[in-house]
Amino acid sequence: MTAPHVTNPTPALLVQDLRKFYGDVRAVDGLDLSVASGECFGLLGPNGAGKTTTIEVCEGLLAPDAGHVELLGLEWRQHDRELRQRLGIQLQETQLGDKLTVEETVRLFRSFYARGRSVSEVIGLVQLEEKRGARVGKLSGGQKQRLALACAIVGDPDLLFLDEPTTGLDPQSRRQLWDLITDFKALGRTIVLTTHYMDEAEVLCDHVAIVDRGKVIALGTPLQLIGSLGAEHVIDFSLAPGSPPMDDAMLRSIDGVRTARSLAGGYELQVGALHRTVPALLSLLAQRRLELAHLTTHSATLEDVFVSLTGRQLRNE
Amino acid sequence: MSDNSLWQLITVRFKEYTREPEALFWSFGFPILLAIGLGIAFRAKPADVVHVAVANMGPRGATLADAIRRDPGLAVELLSPDSAATALRTGRVALVVAPGGDDGADGVEFRYDDTRPDARTARLMVNDAVQRGAGRGDVLPTAERYVRERGSRYIDFVVPGLLGMTIMGGGIWGLGYSIVDQRRKNLLKRLVATPMSRAEYLASYVVSRLVLLTIEAVVLLGFSVALFGVPMRGSWVSIATIIVVSALAFGGLGLLIASRSKTIEGVSGLMNLSMLPMWVLSGVFFSSENFPRIVQPFIKALPLTATNDALRANMLRGDALVTLWPQMAVLGAWMIICFVVALRIFRWR
Repeated sequence: MTAPHVTNPTPALLVQDLRKFYGDVRAVDGLDLSVASGECFGLLGPNGAGKTTTIEVCEGLLAPDAGHVELLGLEWRQHDRELRQRLGIQLQETQLGDKLTVEETVRLFRSFYARGRSVSEVIGLVQLEEKRGARVGKLSGGQKQRLALACAIVGDPDLLFLDEPTTGLDPQSRRQLWDLITDFKALGRTIVLTTHYMDEAEVLCDHVAIVDRGKVIALGTPLQLIGSLGAEHVIDFSLAPGSPPMDDAMLRSIDGVRTARSLAGGYELQVGALHRTVPALLSLLAQRRLELAHLTTHSATLEDVFVSLTGRQLRNE
Repeated sequence: MSDNSLWQLITVRFKEYTREPEALFWSFGFPILLAIGLGIAFRAKPADVVHVAVANMGPRGATLADAIRRDPGLAVELLSPDSAATALRTGRVALVVAPGGDDGADGVEFRYDDTRPDARTARLMVNDAVQRGAGRGDVLPTAERYVRERGSRYIDFVVPGLLGMTIMGGGIWGLGYSIVDQRRKNLLKRLVATPMSRAEYLASYVVSRLVLLTIEAVVLLGFSVALFGVPMRGSWVSIATIIVVSALAFGGLGLLIASRSKTIEGVSGLMNLSMLPMWVLSGVFFSSENFPRIVQPFIKALPLTATNDALRANMLRGDALVTLWPQMAVLGAWMIICFVVALRIFRWR
C-alpha cells in the first residue's frame, strides 16, 4: 500500500507492518499507515477490526509484537518524554473523576504539560463555560465527551488521537463535536481518529483508511473511495405486490446502471447519473405495465464502499 | 492556586476524599463512636455490688439476710426457695444462701457456680458476713487503701488499638480502593497517556494519606484524652514517628494490594484477606498474648501487632523509641518490601 500524497517530508505518523497478537487472535496483522502533517486522518472499520489496538500502539500505551511506529519523526523507545508532551489523547471509554468539577479536571491535566493553553481558554473552546463549576458526575454524555476532548487539547498538542470520539452520542452532540474537531484542524494540527460512523469520516477526514481484520483494505480520500465504486448514486425500488420478478440482466440494460442486485422485497441499482437512469427505469416499468410500490435514491457513501469491499454491513458485526 | 503537577495531584486527592461523606465517617466518626461505646461499657465505676439471695426457709432466713446486709458490697434479697433458685439460674444473683441443713442444724449452705469469678467473690463475702453475724471477730487489725491507676483500664488498652486499626484501614482502603477504582474506569491509563510523572502520582497518595492520618490521629487521641483521660506518657516525637512509619508500612501494603487488581470485587477480597487476620490476631480489642505461644512469632511479625505494641508502649508506659526497635524494624521491613514489590508489578493500564 502506498502512502497518500505527503506534503511535509516528515509524516506526522508513520506505521509500517504493524502486528499485534492476543494469543491466537491477530488483532493487527501487517498494517501500514502514513499520516501527513496537518491533515485529519480516519481509521474506519467495524468493531473488532483492530482500530483501537492500532491507535493504542501509536499512543505508546501498548507494545507492538512487530513493526515500526514513528510519530513526528520520533520513536517511543527513545523519546517517550518528548512525545508525551506533544501528543493529545482521548481514549475510548475513560471515566474522569466524578467528584471533581470540570475546571478542576482541566486544571489537573494542564499541570502535566510544560506548555499549553490556559484552563479557561480550553473550557471555552469545548463550550463548557456554563458547566465549569459542575461536578463531572453530573454532566451529560456529550458534555463528558467534550471534557475529554478538552483534556486532550489542553497541552496544545501537535498530534491529536481521538478514539471513537462520538460513539454513543445523540446527533446534536455529535455535530457539536464535529465542529470542535474541525476548528482544531483549522489550526494546522494533525488529527488521527477512529470511527465506525461512515458519515463522520466523510465530514471530518482528509484521508481515510478502511480497516478490516487487522489490515488496511482501502485507502484514499472519502471522495476517491466512493468514486472507486464507479457509481455516485444508489436507487432502491420495489414493485407492487403480485408483480412478476425482473431479472438482473434486464435491469443492467437500463441506461447508466453499473450494477444491479435483487434484494429481499426489491432491487438495488448503483448508477452514475440519476437524471438519465430514473426516467429510463420509469419508462421501462410503464412499457411492461409494472407498478412501483416505492422508490428511493441516496448518494453513494463510505458505507456502500465497505459493503462492496467486504460483502458485509458495518454495524451488524 | 499553583499549577505544579504534584500540588494539583495532592489537592485532587483531598477533594475526592472530602467530597465522599462515607469515607469521612469511616475515618473520623467510626473510631470515635467505637471509643465512646467501649468507654461507656468499660468505664471506671465504683466497685460492683454483688447480688445474692437468701432462701426464706425456717426462722433464720431473716436473721441471715440482716447479717449480710451489713456489708455495703453486698445486695441481698429474701426470696422463696423457688424464686431464689430461678434468680440463681438466670444469673440475677450470684449466690443463694440456704439456712440450715436438712436436720435443721445451725449451719448454712452456699449454692453457686464455682466457675464464675463473681460467684466465688460472693461466696467469700457472704461467708465473712455470716460468720461475723454469728459472732466471729478479726484476729488481726486491717486497713484499706484503694489504688486505681490510670493506664490499666480497658479504655487505656483499647485506644492505642483503635488508633492502630485506623492507621491500617486508612492505608489499605485509602490507597487500595481509590487506585483500583481509577484503573477500572480507565482513568489510570488516561493519566499515563499524559506526561504525568508516575512517581508524583504515587507520592500524591502517600502525602495525602499522611496528612489525613495526622488529623485522624489527633482527633482520636485528643478525644480519648479529654473524655476518658487516656494517658499519653511517651514523647510526642516518638508517637509521631511510630504513626508515620506505620502509615508508610500500611500505605505500602495498600499499594501492593492495589497493584494488579482491575475490579473492586477483586481488591476488596484482597483487602479483607489481609486485614481480617490482623483485626483478630494483632491485639486491637484484646491482648495478642492470649494466643498460643507457638503462633506468637507469626503474630509479632504482623505490621498491626508492631504498631499496636509500639503505641501501647509509648502511651501507657512512656517507653523511649529506641527500646521499640523490634517493632520499628518489623514496620520498616513491611514498608520496604511492599513498596519495592508493588512498584515492580504495578499495572498502569
